[in-house]
Amino acid sequence: MREITSSMAGTVLNIMVEAGQEVTAGQEVLMLESMKMEIPVESEASGKVAEVKVNVGDFVNEGDILIVFE
Amino acid sequence: MERGSIVRKILIANRGEIALRIIKTCREMGIETVAVYSDADKDLPFAKEATFAFNIGEPPVNKSYLKTDTILEIAKREKVDGIHPGYGFLSENASFARAVKNAGITFIGPDPETIEMMGDKIVSRKTMMEAGVPVVPGSGEGTSTLEEACKLADLMGYPVMLKASGGGGGIGMVRCENEQALAKSFDSTKTRAKAYFGSDEVFVEKYIQNARHVEIQVFGDNHGNIVHLFERDCSIQRRHQKVVEESPSPFLSEQTKQKMYETALTAAAAVQYKNAGTIEFIVDEEENFYFLEMNTRLQVEHPVTEQITGLDLVKWQLLAASGEKLPLSQNDIKQQGHSIEFRLYAEDPKTFLPSPGKLSMFEWVASPGVRVDYGYVSGTTVSPFYDPMVAKCIIHGETRLEAIEKAVQFFDELNLEGIKTNAPLFKEILKDEDFRKGNYSTAFLTEKAFAVK
Repeated sequence: MREITSSMAGTVLNIMVEAGQEVTAGQEVLMLESMKMEIPVESEASGKVAEVKVNVGDFVNEGDILIVFE
Repeated sequence: MERGSIVRKILIANRGEIALRIIKTCREMGIETVAVYSDADKDLPFAKEATFAFNIGEPPVNKSYLKTDTILEIAKREKVDGIHPGYGFLSENASFARAVKNAGITFIGPDPETIEMMGDKIVSRKTMMEAGVPVVPGSGEGTSTLEEACKLADLMGYPVMLKASGGGGGIGMVRCENEQALAKSFDSTKTRAKAYFGSDEVFVEKYIQNARHVEIQVFGDNHGNIVHLFERDCSIQRRHQKVVEESPSPFLSEQTKQKMYETALTAAAAVQYKNAGTIEFIVDEEENFYFLEMNTRLQVEHPVTEQITGLDLVKWQLLAASGEKLPLSQNDIKQQGHSIEFRLYAEDPKTFLPSPGKLSMFEWVASPGVRVDYGYVSGTTVSPFYDPMVAKCIIHGETRLEAIEKAVQFFDELNLEGIKTNAPLFKEILKDEDFRKGNYSTAFLTEKAFAVK
């Protein structure tokens, strides 16, 4: 897995990881808000975060890249 | 025009079912309507049914429905007398209400000062305490540090609710079972409060076990008259958001109800309330009740009240905004029968995750006692940009049992295709013995096996 993409359009509410951090499969990495619901985004696999592509408050569309792995 | 002038043309600063619902009353009253819509909503009924409709921008709310300058420009250009904010969006934004007023247009709602006061949970708690209205035991002040929050939580005893001062709509609150949980949630709740409401102020409040959420509809005019329009029980919730509301409450004694009506009137009088408002209370198992917050707008669930009183609350709003006296005095307001509202959401019925998409089919059987306030029709698309509500289904019966049986039939006959909705959840709720007995609290959906979270 090279990146995590957004499964739906929404606003980035919270980012729980930063560049350089190791994450494990199933870990919550980001919180989106969509349709007045908080939607946790989990990492599908383990890896090291190279870059977080979004900021808190950003609006993302379905398929947008959120996090890139090394 | 100043506040109190007759309203003949209004702009509706909202979308979906509530915009359409407002248009319907305006049409009956001979009032012209101006709708504003985003790119995502151009095919929705409200944009087509309004007398005039203007595109105000791209789908994300800050590029359309929250663009106050654009909305005000259109209002001035179209020479409207009033702006109806609906619920959500700009409805509880005091600076918007003030800007509307300063532009010489009537804001269809309470005074900006009232919105401001009630919008801050800490200030509203204080105001109510001073008026002698019971409030949930809590900090009363915002807490900036975790140490302070823990100290306060120790004093009132766990579990506690950690809440954003500027919060609302069920977002920005976390139930904490113990100090570890409070410590874990503290920073994230502050961050979330900041991101969502623009202020990271939070406070702790006693969590009331097996609580019910009961609210009283109030109404005021510019002449100092304030009445109540009975209660709505809104205890069936998912993720702190309402799913089913009913009136009368199947749980409260007549004596408690009367006490709550009187308290709500005291609360409304304390802020010289004008127009439609709702006082929300938390009620414990012994029927003790505590002020939670005041919503300074028309509520989503106002049709529940309309169906038992036979009144049109939007009409009352327009009359009150025009400076007229309330059409009825307290003794002339009667309740009849029982009504239950189901919020039909575009979401997975078990996980409650949103399910936007094209509504290929949406049909129901019209019959006496069935009212559907819809925002979408067959062939339109539920976009991911706004709340997931497709329609509100309000069912009225002579008795609670009759309303339940009619609701069962309604959902059996409902023909809805293309997206997932929570209609299957309603079928489960309607079959549930505890629901049928009126024996439920806000924990109902969390405790039942037919819902996951």
